[in-house]
Amino acid sequence: MAECHPVGFQWVMEAKARGAKVIHVDPRFTRTSAVADTHVPIRAGSDIAFLGAIVNHILSNDLYFADYVKAYTNASHLVGEDFRDVDDLDGVFSGYDPETGKYDTDSWAYEGETEHAATTGPTAHADDQDGDDQDGDDHDGDDHASTAHEGGVSPGGESEQSESSRGAAHELGGHGASVEHQQIQRDETLQHPRCVFQVLKRHFARYTPELVQQACGITPEQFLEVCEAVTANSGRDRTTAWVYSVGWTHHTVAIQYIRTSAIIQLLLGNTGRPGGGIMALRGHASIQGSTDIPTLYNLLPGYLPMPMAGQHDTLAEMAAGIASSSQKGYWANARTYVVNLLKAWWGDAATEDNDFAYDYLPRLTGDHGTYATVMDMLADKIDGYFLVGQNPAVGSAHAKMQRLGLAHLKWLVVRDLNLIESATFWKDAPEIETGELRTADIDTEVFFFPAASHVEKSGSFTQTQRMLQWHHKAVDPPGDCQSDLDFFHRLGVKIRERLADSGDDRDRPVLDLTWDYPVDEHGEVSADAVLREINGFHLGGEKAGQALGSYLEMEDDGSTAGGCWIYTGVYADEVNQAARRKPGRDQSWVAPEWGWAWPANRRILYNRASADPDGKPWSERKAYVWWDEDQQKWVGHDVPDFEPDKPPSYRPPEGATGIAALAGDDPFIMQADGKGWLYAPSGLLDGPMPSHYEPQESPVANPVYRQQSNPTREVFPREDNLQNPSGDEPGAEVYPYVFTTYRLTEHHTAGGMSRWQPYLAELQPEFFCEVSPELARERGLEHLGWATIVSARTAIEARVMVTDRVVPLRMGDRVVHQIGLPYHWGVGNEALVSGDSANDLFGVTLDPNVHIQESKVASCDIRAGRRPRGPALLDFVADYRRRAGITTETGNQRRTPGTEGATS
Amino acid sequence: MARKTLLDWPVLRQLTGRDPLGRGAAVTSERTRSLEPRTVQADTVVKSICPYCAVGCGQNVYVRDGRVTQIEGDPDSPVSRGRLCPKGSASEQLVNSPGRATRMLYRRPGGTAWEPLDLEQATDMIADRVVESRRRHWQDTDEHGKPLRRTMGVAALGGATLDNEENYLIKKLFTALGAIQIENQARI
Amino acid sequence: MSLADTGPGTGLPGFRAGAEGPAADAGWTDRPARKGFFTDTSICIGCKACEVACKEWNGVPQDGLFELLGSSYDNTGALGASTWRHVAFVEQRKPLGGQRTGVTDLGMPAFDKPGAVADPDERTDFRWLMSSDVCKHCTNAACLDVCPTGALFRTEFGTVVVQPDVCNGCGYCVPACPYGVIERREGDAAHVPNVGVAQKCTLCYDRLREDQTPACAKACPTESIQFGDLDELRQRADRRVAALHEQGVMDARLYGNDPDDGVGGAGAFFLLLDEPETYGLPPDPVVTTADLPSMWRRAGLAAAGLLAAAAVAFVGRSR
Repeated sequence: MAECHPVGFQWVMEAKARGAKVIHVDPRFTRTSAVADTHVPIRAGSDIAFLGAIVNHILSNDLYFADYVKAYTNASHLVGEDFRDVDDLDGVFSGYDPETGKYDTDSWAYEGETEHAATTGPTAHADDQDGDDQDGDDHDGDDHASTAHEGGVSPGGESEQSESSRGAAHELGGHGASVEHQQIQRDETLQHPRCVFQVLKRHFARYTPELVQQACGITPEQFLEVCEAVTANSGRDRTTAWVYSVGWTHHTVAIQYIRTSAIIQLLLGNTGRPGGGIMALRGHASIQGSTDIPTLYNLLPGYLPMPMAGQHDTLAEMAAGIASSSQKGYWANARTYVVNLLKAWWGDAATEDNDFAYDYLPRLTGDHGTYATVMDMLADKIDGYFLVGQNPAVGSAHAKMQRLGLAHLKWLVVRDLNLIESATFWKDAPEIETGELRTADIDTEVFFFPAASHVEKSGSFTQTQRMLQWHHKAVDPPGDCQSDLDFFHRLGVKIRERLADSGDDRDRPVLDLTWDYPVDEHGEVSADAVLREINGFHLGGEKAGQALGSYLEMEDDGSTAGGCWIYTGVYADEVNQAARRKPGRDQSWVAPEWGWAWPANRRILYNRASADPDGKPWSERKAYVWWDEDQQKWVGHDVPDFEPDKPPSYRPPEGATGIAALAGDDPFIMQADGKGWLYAPSGLLDGPMPSHYEPQESPVANPVYRQQSNPTREVFPREDNLQNPSGDEPGAEVYPYVFTTYRLTEHHTAGGMSRWQPYLAELQPEFFCEVSPELARERGLEHLGWATIVSARTAIEARVMVTDRVVPLRMGDRVVHQIGLPYHWGVGNEALVSGDSANDLFGVTLDPNVHIQESKVASCDIRAGRRPRGPALLDFVADYRRRAGITTETGNQRRTPGTEGATS
Repeated sequence: MARKTLLDWPVLRQLTGRDPLGRGAAVTSERTRSLEPRTVQADTVVKSICPYCAVGCGQNVYVRDGRVTQIEGDPDSPVSRGRLCPKGSASEQLVNSPGRATRMLYRRPGGTAWEPLDLEQATDMIADRVVESRRRHWQDTDEHGKPLRRTMGVAALGGATLDNEENYLIKKLFTALGAIQIENQARI
Repeated sequence: MSLADTGPGTGLPGFRAGAEGPAADAGWTDRPARKGFFTDTSICIGCKACEVACKEWNGVPQDGLFELLGSSYDNTGALGASTWRHVAFVEQRKPLGGQRTGVTDLGMPAFDKPGAVADPDERTDFRWLMSSDVCKHCTNAACLDVCPTGALFRTEFGTVVVQPDVCNGCGYCVPACPYGVIERREGDAAHVPNVGVAQKCTLCYDRLREDQTPACAKACPTESIQFGDLDELRQRADRRVAALHEQGVMDARLYGNDPDDGVGGAGAFFLLLDEPETYGLPPDPVVTTADLPSMWRRAGLAAAGLLAAAAVAFVGRSR
């Protein structure tokens, strides 16, 4: 946190000055570790073993916050009889199909819920907002079936089998999974063997301190120190916060990392309370906003799903897919949110009669994520590509695949502040040197549009705590520089001009689009007007034309419109609430009058849980919102995350649904049963509870189960995506070391906003690898010398930084070395500083829930000296692969050979 | 500037003033005496937010004669209390760096060098290409006859560094065009 | 009797500051409280915001080549003409009081260079110290003493500042500084400002005149760099050391806070967690010009002879 979010870290330092204990768990000793009370070095990729053992510690020693757990979590809910845990089935949960590598999740449902789960299928869980989407049932591949890659593996191609099996089904939004709350059976004593509490306890029983030593390389003493600190600091009077930078999302079990942390926070009563929670520290100014208003294939604004062909052919089907009409909570109004979006986009063309132009929405047929897209580029299925403030030639995993993909395009638009490597790949990509690309043979037309910086345009960023903050335009952009708002607005105008005379149905969505934004004297569209549309407004009635004050004002009959329901309120009272700047010192510590946080300007989600079931604060010290008997409403420091006048004693009548079905002590109002989920009966694709699986590439055999890696991970067995052998596989010893990648304070991601600035470039001028003195001796590496790091994809070179900050991990009788690689540099001629890109080392293997790549850990070899140049580099890498016996099958069998039911 | 006279001569001021050793007040130059911080000289101070990570630190942008002269932390912000990290502190250089690309550039197929291109013309060319690529890769229905109404010919990556309003227009336009393959850093 | 012999506290102008502080001795009658920096390295996170904020504000150019130094995360090396704030990174096999790290393993203490230890069993305690260095703005400033042109002067805030328009680049100040802070800037004058002129921290003199915090202190995320009235900062520092000792950080000590030290106390002083040498600071800095006054008196007669010529030159230069 000190490393990547120094200014946010001031609050940690302040807490520490007031007596807080700061524990830092990280493979390397960072600037955060330097000022932490405890640094716990951990093997990259082993967090579930570590966190799971904390869960076990809490449960085994009765250290959970019993009143909270009983009232606010699903601990008492009974799980169906058909459920089988990983311990019973050799490392997989019940419902696993080794042929497809997918789960039928029906057996994970609550008792009495099975039937419903079977009909709606899995849906996404709201915990993660880092690209939330879900795959579910099998679905045929999309147009891939007609490609030249049919039937097996072709050079550079993906096997048809894997492509169709990852062809996703339920691409649903970030809403909570649907369950029928009325059928749920409970055992309030938490003693029933099939209640969630007992299931959880059994599941984590084998996650012991000894296992932590074996899997993570952490001593039992240090592990227990962490357990004691975390549990002692949780309860009525105290709360503990977990903070992760989004490296936790860069794993094939990423969502389950975060789930394990969520389980700890629910057991300890640290959710919905001040000083608690799980904080995702995100690395881009508006990466939260770009998920809320998603430039993501599977989502529409406000975590509504993009419709899936064959399943969401009508508005009714889509709404039903988001939420069961009989479930609890605010997702039950999903249809309203969709209608308002459609009205915002297609205005008068969206009517009750045509399902509000629902048919104008294009349909998904599978995984159309960024890695699927690059593979489609390589297959020449994509003509044109827009890169908008993003540098995949450096920043994406398997960056070589990205660069090669760019060379297959017909045309490429790069909009950036600087001439990033993704704009200049045609003349200075590393593949030019190796001979894999020749400039004259690259037929891609490249358009570089210089972009306006943040001070040259007005607009809002949504920061990492869901708060929108407006930045005002200070100066005009120089030269040809232009805001993305202006560019895409003009592009839309020009496209509409070109289609204006079209009678083709397919052009109706373009021509009927509401695109008549007010413009200034330069023809630039007003960002303020766009924000107002996002907020929404009344179309009819006496308030016609006025901005909506809250999403509760939205109607599903077309009389209101709003582009992103969770942002409704940001323009309440016709005021840009995101631009509010009442100084922090002039308001309460919650600072509700600075910016605007979604939803409803609420700063802590689920804050009903900050009060006990009777509505009283758990303690005066931790009072946040509470029920005021005199006023008969919820009051406090924040906007209560609850119906304002629903008393704690409220119990829903028989048959109630939606918001009315939420009891007065159901704080988790977006969850289908109003409770925090220790166990996820649906919504996840890789298990209802987290289990430790090894990374896709790991020199370590899974110490917990015979199943090596996540059996549902998305694999891409292609000649251009070969994987290192892992664990006990022959050849694993060729890549004996673990590497991890990370950022440095002085740079920003792939460097597009830092490597061009002298003041930042000089602070970290060269790519380096961090190794321990022990590894340096083992491999003959010299401080400040060069090292070559090799994976099945490629080899890169880095200056060597020998440092005690990297420590060899003792895991039982073996020592595992880790190598640290900051990933800011890339090969090119335009930046002030350049170097090999750490991301070139990775292959592409994805988490099954959200299709995010595993790019925080993999295996490698390291040797002293610089890498070979030119074509010799390819031979060098190929020689390693030969020694390791790598084929496209290597590492790509989801079910580990030798386990029960494995197909090979 | 006032014409210098012998009375301004530091040595004379030194010999006649309270700083006989010439260590302080007596030796200050005209430039030194008239020093004024850029923060005071600014025509306007514009409220902004740091463009780097998602902590969302407040920034004050100082502008003079239509040019950004200084960017520093906004003490009013309850998030950052006026502080900035090295990247945030380098925001002025992000804006004014001489290495920043400010001209439209074009590289033709097989080309070995950038060529200049008029911005308006470039936007027209992109509009043409979007329309054409959209048409070429249009899919009306899937193999079961279910509607798809989409094109697979145009894709996009980026958004995490953009404003909400920008992401909104991109998603809106692409969705209307039937271009579904839009992604950003949130999945990377 | 030489001026130096008058010693502290006489109130007479001299090379030792009087009771009213160095600004008074420099002829500032209407002066604010003496300003300074207290840099508490125990809460420094090494982010280098100070380095960048300083360069941004003062237009200090990029320093040297884009080259990895291998000094942990430090790539600017030292204070100099184009680095007015410099963050040192020190990796040590020593415990930090109150901290536990998993880097520690049981075994014999070792102080080898990186790479010299092969067995994890030999791992000992570890700590990573960071410290942002800056010009000390000495109470008795040798750079100021030796400056023949009046380019260096004592401000009303008690700080020591170079006037680049006055400096003739003679360089006398460079060896005079006991900390090696001040330097003549090198480089291509077409692209770099103030080439050939002595350069160093001004404690943001221009900002101070408008009651604004110096750029580095304003940016510092953790308040490791604290700006304020020197007297108050010294009291705060004493309390901080006591608090750290109470927490078991027995290494905490102040550096440059003592008015009786070799430079009469620094205007910018530090809380360190090790000996000054560890951070590249001289353990016992002494103003290099302690004997200068008597030397200057002998030279005075000759200097007087030059005055007339210089006066003519001054007026002539101003058109």
